[in-house]
Amino acid sequence: MVASNCIGIVSAQRAIFDTPFTFRSGAVLTRYELVYETYGTLNADKSNAILVCHALSGHHHVAGYYADDPKNTGWWDNMIGPGKPVDTNKFFVIGLNNLGGCNGSTGPSSIAPLADKPYGASFPVVTVEDWVESQARLADMLGIKQFAAVMGGSLGGMQALQWSLSFPERVRHVLAIACAPHLTAENIAFNDVARNAILTDPDFHGGNYYEHGVVPTRGLRLARMLGHITYLSDDAMADKFGRSLRSGKLGYNYDIEFEIESYLRYQGDKFAAYFDANTYLLMTKALDYFDPARACGDNLDKAFAAARADYLVLSFSTDWRFSPERSREIVNALLHNRRNVSYAEIASTHGHDSFLMQNEHYHEVMRTYLERVAKEVAV
Amino acid sequence: MSSHDPIELAAARPDFAAIAAWIPQGASVLDLGCGDGSLLRYLKETRKVRGYGVEISDANIVACIRNGVNVIQGNLESGLSGFESNAFDYVLLSQTLQATRHTEPLVQEMLRVGREGIVSFPNFGYWKARLNVLRGYMPVSDELPYQWYDTPNVHLCTLHDFETFCSDHHVEILGRHVMTGKKEMNVLPNLLGSMAVYRFKRGL
Repeated sequence: MVASNCIGIVSAQRAIFDTPFTFRSGAVLTRYELVYETYGTLNADKSNAILVCHALSGHHHVAGYYADDPKNTGWWDNMIGPGKPVDTNKFFVIGLNNLGGCNGSTGPSSIAPLADKPYGASFPVVTVEDWVESQARLADMLGIKQFAAVMGGSLGGMQALQWSLSFPERVRHVLAIACAPHLTAENIAFNDVARNAILTDPDFHGGNYYEHGVVPTRGLRLARMLGHITYLSDDAMADKFGRSLRSGKLGYNYDIEFEIESYLRYQGDKFAAYFDANTYLLMTKALDYFDPARACGDNLDKAFAAARADYLVLSFSTDWRFSPERSREIVNALLHNRRNVSYAEIASTHGHDSFLMQNEHYHEVMRTYLERVAKEVAV
Repeated sequence: MSSHDPIELAAARPDFAAIAAWIPQGASVLDLGCGDGSLLRYLKETRKVRGYGVEISDANIVACIRNGVNVIQGNLESGLSGFESNAFDYVLLSQTLQATRHTEPLVQEMLRVGREGIVSFPNFGYWKARLNVLRGYMPVSDELPYQWYDTPNVHLCTLHDFETFCSDHHVEILGRHVMTGKKEMNVLPNLLGSMAVYRFKRGL
């Protein structure tokens, strides 16, 4: 049973770009494709568009469901739809699969032109700046000169922030949720362990596993299991699993005994069955590289000097992967630049994953802020 | 507060107009314990200020966003470390001073972050409050609407107390309004005024 305020049946579209794209690294793609979905209606002056940027394992299917796959609802369906915080009766919402992704946009598992085989290891390393650049081209194609808002959680929030730095005049509002101005050493360390799990999988074949007809499932699975631990909070894990044993007694062996083991392995298996290992590597690298202050002598205030947008910054109390303190760094840099900014720390037990969860207060903050945005762009 | 009309707001909160009268057009303002953002909105509409509020309650964060003012969720008792020195023309503390625990460092922080500070608070020296105490009870009134056991007010003071505090802490008082309701009280203010608003800066 689908809730009445679900956007309903949606379908993906494909944008093809034939002009070469130069990455930060200097690498060039001669052509590329981006899959995207849109919800709601673009108004006459094209002022009501909201871009939703996805996080590490996200994609273009943000809200609604597919006619031929009604169980496949979008990953942020609780946030986006008619009458929801991101109200599709007012806004024209765009979700896309980022360049380098594995859900339809050009990425390592796509067939490289001329080579007749997947890019594999030859696909360029992508940065958040590259994504924003490619998203701007999609906006150009859709005739959107300025977004009413660009929003995202986690790595998606980093893209939203970068939008206001790369294209200050093209974004009115930035909604940066469960985000950080750069990863800490600890965060990079987690990513590196995840990458190592993939890179050292015998089935990885230097990234060209497609040709060998295998998938580095073990590595990808471990990477996801590790990631998953960091997305939850200690409290949430204790609440959900505690020390519960599957069979009720100790087995004195290495089978799955604790419920948490069962859960993590299930999550790992599920993920490894559909996600591409090369894309996972790229996404973690984009996270590690994001650091707008770097080019400004590690001064985040200077990095935001060019910004012209208004900001809503949100963090979650139990998020230790992207802690509230990290969001406060963003807020402080915005304050020092006299930008309009509001900040809320949302009480939640779900750790980093909180940004995807149903939470009345969180959704009320989003709804209230976006009602203000809607008034501003007169919808 | 449901009304957003500046005139109605000023009528409901007489300290608003008194505070606004001190603030020049286009000033930058930090409002500590900004509640639902009514004062900031009032100052935005009547004085075109660029302002931010600091507020701890979830419900007030939503109310501030609805009022169209910038709000930073945080506990002002844990300091204003996110704010640079001299970042604001005015730092306001409206009807909050008496509910702060670390009052001394907070006043110092106000004057680090702002050029000037403005506070409003209920006058505990008001004759009705004195009369209550004289009768043997803690005062309960429009200005002090709490019972002794549920009051957030841990640092109540009189006008004399506040002025002594300022002189002891090298804080120079620049202006004062003492009111009872909407009426300015110039005679025996510490006895006849129910509410006070002070403007001050760092003294030498």
